Amino acid sequence: MTRASVKQVWDWLDAVPDPEIPVISVVDLGIVRDIEWDSDTLTVTVTPTYSGCPATSVISWDIETALRNHGIKDIRLQTRISPAWTTDWLSDKGRAKLEEFGIAPPQPAGGPERCPRCGSKAVEKVSQFGSTPCKAHWRCTGCLEPFDYFKCI
Amino acid sequence: MTREDAFLQFLLRMGDNTLILGHRVSEWCGHAPVLEEDIALANTALDLIGQTQMWLGLAGEIEGAKSADDLAFLRDAWDFRNVLLVEVPNGDFGRTLMRQFLFDAWHSIMLGRLMTSSDERVAAIAEKASKEVSYHLERSGDTVVGLGDGTEESHARMQEALDYLWPYVGEMFAGDAVDAEMAAAGIAPDPAGLREEYDALVGRVLGEATLTIPESRFAHKGGRDGRMHTEHLGHLLTSMQWLQRAYPGASW
Repeated sequence: MTRASVKQVWDWLDAVPDPEIPVISVVDLGIVRDIEWDSDTLTVTVTPTYSGCPATSVISWDIETALRNHGIKDIRLQTRISPAWTTDWLSDKGRAKLEEFGIAPPQPAGGPERCPRCGSKAVEKVSQFGSTPCKAHWRCTGCLEPFDYFKCI
Repeated sequence: MTREDAFLQFLLRMGDNTLILGHRVSEWCGHAPVLEEDIALANTALDLIGQTQMWLGLAGEIEGAKSADDLAFLRDAWDFRNVLLVEVPNGDFGRTLMRQFLFDAWHSIMLGRLMTSSDERVAAIAEKASKEVSYHLERSGDTVVGLGDGTEESHARMQEALDYLWPYVGEMFAGDAVDAEMAAAGIAPDPAGLREEYDALVGRVLGEATLTIPESRFAHKGGRDGRMHTEHLGHLLTSMQWLQRAYPGASW
């Protein structure tokens, strides 16, 4: 069997959704750091988002399943913690999809640029923690709707 | 003591601190005064348990063919190397957040130093953990200020929490032969060297919180060297370890 190209594998993984925020892929999230063939073994290097994030093991499982479904038999998943994952690695496509989904994308300023629903810049923090480790809880004082903000780390 | 023995002790100290505090904080799950705080506490606990997997994972490798789970669930109280501060019971919400703040302040300074450790595995874990601890500290510090400089009732409770917990602070800075060995190897700093920065940070926040730091520098010790834990640790372990003790090797 001919080996799939590395570019092809990246495309396949770009179709694997994040289990908690399914509108973005694991590639959009920036956690897939490296894909490499070593003779017939495919090594995928993953950098976890938050050290205790329960989605991490599900993500590894999903990556492996997707690759098997594409006919790759010999897969090695390795975890790399340094350099630490940063929200700078989110793709532009991922950022746009997050906002469209109602989650404000991370900003270096430390808070959302605008309400993902109405676009108002009048927003305030409710809590540094939201429904998952990667999100904080904010509220729009324009449309009065609460929303998630993807923390910038 | 060989350098490897000291390294193992150092890793257990780091991992046991986050494990025991993570477990304590998780006890709040479903009991916090408001939903946002419940979620915040659970998320903090989750981060700490995640960091534990990295520290104890490395400790298990050094010790030889042990997993982080083996170390967490199959050791007895006298084998734990966490400081006493993290094992004291939660008390009320104010005391829990005061303990968190007193620990976070030390933790953030410690991890900052460990990021330049001569051991690259230690530096990598510290780099990862410090990102999480920076927002833990921001939140616990803000809450200590909010409650300390709050109502008469909340102020009184926070002062009481500080008076109760302050004698547990000193242990975080008391060095021994393990620390001397780690410092000589450039792996970890001498804990006493963190005190000045800690006092400045904690003094600033507690001042803003209108709270008074007790004058006594008396310190309860015995956790980080395992010489004598408080009676609370055993109770915590019975709850945390019972499943693996009753059903060895159970998994799902």
